[in-house]
Amino acid sequence: MKSDKDKSPRKPPLSRRSFLKGAALTSAGAVAAVATLGHLNTADASAPALPDGVAERLGPGPAEIQLSINGHTRRLAVEPRVTLLRALREHLGMTGTKLVCDRGACGACTVHLDGRPVNSCMILAVDARGHRITTIEGLGNSDQMHPVQDAFVHADAMQCGFCTPGMVMSIAAALEANPSAELDTIRHSVAGNICRCGTYPHVFAAALKVARASGGAKGKT
Amino acid sequence: MSQRVTVNLGIPEAPREVTVVIPDDEPIPWQLGDHFAIVGAETPRVDGPAKATGAARYTYDIALPGMLYGAIVRSPYPRAHVKNVDLTRAMRIPGVRAALTITDGEIRFAGQEVAAVAAISSDIAADALARIKVDYEPLPFVVEMDAASADGAPSVFSGSNVGKPQISNHGDVERALAAAQYRIEATYTTPVQTHVSLETHGAVAHFDGGALTVWCSTQGVFTVRDDLAVLFNLPPDKVRVITDYLGGGFGSKFGASPEIVIAARLAKESGAPVKLMLPRGDEHLATGNRPNAEQKVRFGADASGKLVAIDLVQRGSGGIGAGSGSAGPFKMVYPCPNVRTEERNVYTNAGPSSPMRAPGWPQGAFALEMAMDEMARKLKLDRLEFRRRNNSNPVRAIELELGARAFGWPEKSAAPKSSGPIRRGIGVACAAWHAVGASGPEALAIAYRDGRVEIRCGTQDIGTGTRTALAIVAAEELGLPIAQISAEIGDTRYPFSLPSGGSMSSPSNTPAIRQAAAHLKAKLFKIAAPALGAEPSDLEARDGAIRVRFDPARRVAFKDVCRRIPGDSISAGGERIPNYAAYRPDQAGCQFAEVEVDTETGVARVLRVVAVHDAGTMIDPLTSRSQINGGVLMGIGYALFETRRMDPQIGLMVNPTMDDYKLVGPLDVPQIDVMFLNVFNGGTNTGVLGIGEVAHVASAAAVACAVSDAIGAPIRALPMTPDRILAALEHA
Repeated sequence: MKSDKDKSPRKPPLSRRSFLKGAALTSAGAVAAVATLGHLNTADASAPALPDGVAERLGPGPAEIQLSINGHTRRLAVEPRVTLLRALREHLGMTGTKLVCDRGACGACTVHLDGRPVNSCMILAVDARGHRITTIEGLGNSDQMHPVQDAFVHADAMQCGFCTPGMVMSIAAALEANPSAELDTIRHSVAGNICRCGTYPHVFAAALKVARASGGAKGKT
Repeated sequence: MSQRVTVNLGIPEAPREVTVVIPDDEPIPWQLGDHFAIVGAETPRVDGPAKATGAARYTYDIALPGMLYGAIVRSPYPRAHVKNVDLTRAMRIPGVRAALTITDGEIRFAGQEVAAVAAISSDIAADALARIKVDYEPLPFVVEMDAASADGAPSVFSGSNVGKPQISNHGDVERALAAAQYRIEATYTTPVQTHVSLETHGAVAHFDGGALTVWCSTQGVFTVRDDLAVLFNLPPDKVRVITDYLGGGFGSKFGASPEIVIAARLAKESGAPVKLMLPRGDEHLATGNRPNAEQKVRFGADASGKLVAIDLVQRGSGGIGAGSGSAGPFKMVYPCPNVRTEERNVYTNAGPSSPMRAPGWPQGAFALEMAMDEMARKLKLDRLEFRRRNNSNPVRAIELELGARAFGWPEKSAAPKSSGPIRRGIGVACAAWHAVGASGPEALAIAYRDGRVEIRCGTQDIGTGTRTALAIVAAEELGLPIAQISAEIGDTRYPFSLPSGGSMSSPSNTPAIRQAAAHLKAKLFKIAAPALGAEPSDLEARDGAIRVRFDPARRVAFKDVCRRIPGDSISAGGERIPNYAAYRPDQAGCQFAEVEVDTETGVARVLRVVAVHDAGTMIDPLTSRSQINGGVLMGIGYALFETRRMDPQIGLMVNPTMDDYKLVGPLDVPQIDVMFLNVFNGGTNTGVLGIGEVAHVASAAAVACAVSDAIGAPIRALPMTPDRILAALEHA
């Protein structure tokens, strides 16, 4: 997801998003994509029969869906074109996840999908059904911060703070996968997270501190 | 009534006694030898947990009941006449609640606002944009500086696109150049850079009765308030502007910019709150940029290695904006008896410039420092030594030595150059700024019966740690742990403050906070004195207690004093008085860079940066280091990657995204060592200086000098992309 690069210069008539939208609605390719994500919705029995190979028809109006977010089942009605990011922010009021580039180029909207970091601006909400979604709100809160959040505070791994939730999610996933990650692994784990304030050195320091506390990492910041 | 006080200012290596005359109620300036409880210690930012957990609410995160989403139609033409705007089809879409024509006259850049809509969802607003029909009559345009300066070029406004020269002249440059033993002459160019604040510009606007409330992503809540009050014909007290958290600004977010005004107009038109945050592309096109520059530099030097003449002839284009000058560093960094600078702004049909982190200085410092290197080579002088000989600032003299030692300048300069494809190079550049702050801000300090202290000041935090700096100063003055202080900012209901720009926030606000805290302390001393059997003037506030200065065992806990507050709270105000006598009127810094250039691919990589700076009285080295890191990294981007690419045929920016407009990412980060000199600067009761801008002035210049050193030939254009490096290698 993180390597997706749409090179269209600006506002092309057929956007990546509208392509995805069309695909999710009608094409067999979309069904393959949905199937790859491990989820097929059972079609409503009262709905008209669907063509062969089409598992469900959604939209263009809002569809009732369920998402598993931070251990809770959330019900919402979204148009199929709504990204997971906008569903979180605009439909569920979960604004910790940030919208910055809206095209998978900056990592500010990083959430965990089944434990893996993904750009939530690159996933349609309807395609996130059946997956375990974790957002920055699910990682910890001010009273009980996740060790990565705590390390970010103490290393001052933030300035304006707008990239911070995405950075935290990327680092948390990397350290979950490799608790004693070293600097090089840590740098690559946030390679897709852009910070205009240039706060990366303190992000590395925070991550290394957590990795060292878990007993593994060698080497200096 | 005033008091006359002599304070010991500066640095231990170069102290100076300064006598100041200040009002009776102004705290005595912090000075050398003072002992601090929290000032100067590494304090994590007070809003860190809110930011790390996603709880911090930015304008982007505000949601009000019944809120609509706004969106803007922008001109696809760089210059055109708008003949007609038809909103009817957009209004017919279910869920669209308002549509407005914004411009029905001349368009001057691609991206200019033409129309706007508000709808019940962001997707429906986007649908509505596509249904607005605009008839344009395209007109001849010009987006490049050379073309705009040519005879017969289309006029961006009216008449010539080339502005009147701004000339500054000191001594006689031509005569000094003619007499100089050594001369160099070269032309340096820099690109247009865009701010790319991660939180785009925008606002949530809400009319309620006769009052307008606007949450907006701004560096100046009071300037936005005043602008909106005029535009909507409201008294200022009927306009409230709130910026609780701000996702970056870098100079691009002052005043009621078009999207803020449009959000408010849509709110008025629809009768519902409207949120209008710009999409990323619009942010690149229309919300500001650092102008480009072409700088013709001539230097003269004598045989002793002293500069005798500096001449700059510069032009730059801020699109339809002005303010493209870059002469600052030429006049302020290296003293010289003969300095002439001439700056011209050229209008082009491109998005307006706006201030960007040390406006004019990174481009000026790049040309200045490259020319310094070229002159040093001509003089056969070590480049660092040449700078030493042309420095007169005692703080910078120490900084240069500290930096050179930490960086290993002598060893690295003496090391033989590799003959292989990977070559290393080093560079050094100097920074200056004048972040002494200004009067204007006020502050309120409130102690509650439960012992909490709240400070209020209508400033804003653009990411520098304003809340934290203010809380530290209050905690120091009141002898409290920082956890007992809450700093409330970003609201026009709080006491007035200035916009956050020009590295002014800390030096302008901390003295008002300190004075307010001192006034509050005086009131609490009056409450505590009878219980301690002492005069209020004999008391001090330390370690969470109010105690007798000469007998610290006689103490009462701060919280117990607060219990005696007659009502629920007691408060005191403070004001920022004008700057008084200081150690220095300016601020120095220097940065060293080491790079590696692959001569086969032309790719340059920064390996290490040593940055040495002073921040006046150091309040918090932890958050200050963050700012220096940020200044350095933004400078690396400016040196190697960033450029707004315009297609001159169609007049459009071709890279208005975050993937095609390349910023420094985690894999581009070198080792950065930050060193601070704690300079007690006086001038105010805190002597704090801002560092956001001085951190960035020298960064690109140091990298550029290092890249040129690596390949053995000057590259006189930024960004130093592989194609330029390969081209320079061919001529090396």
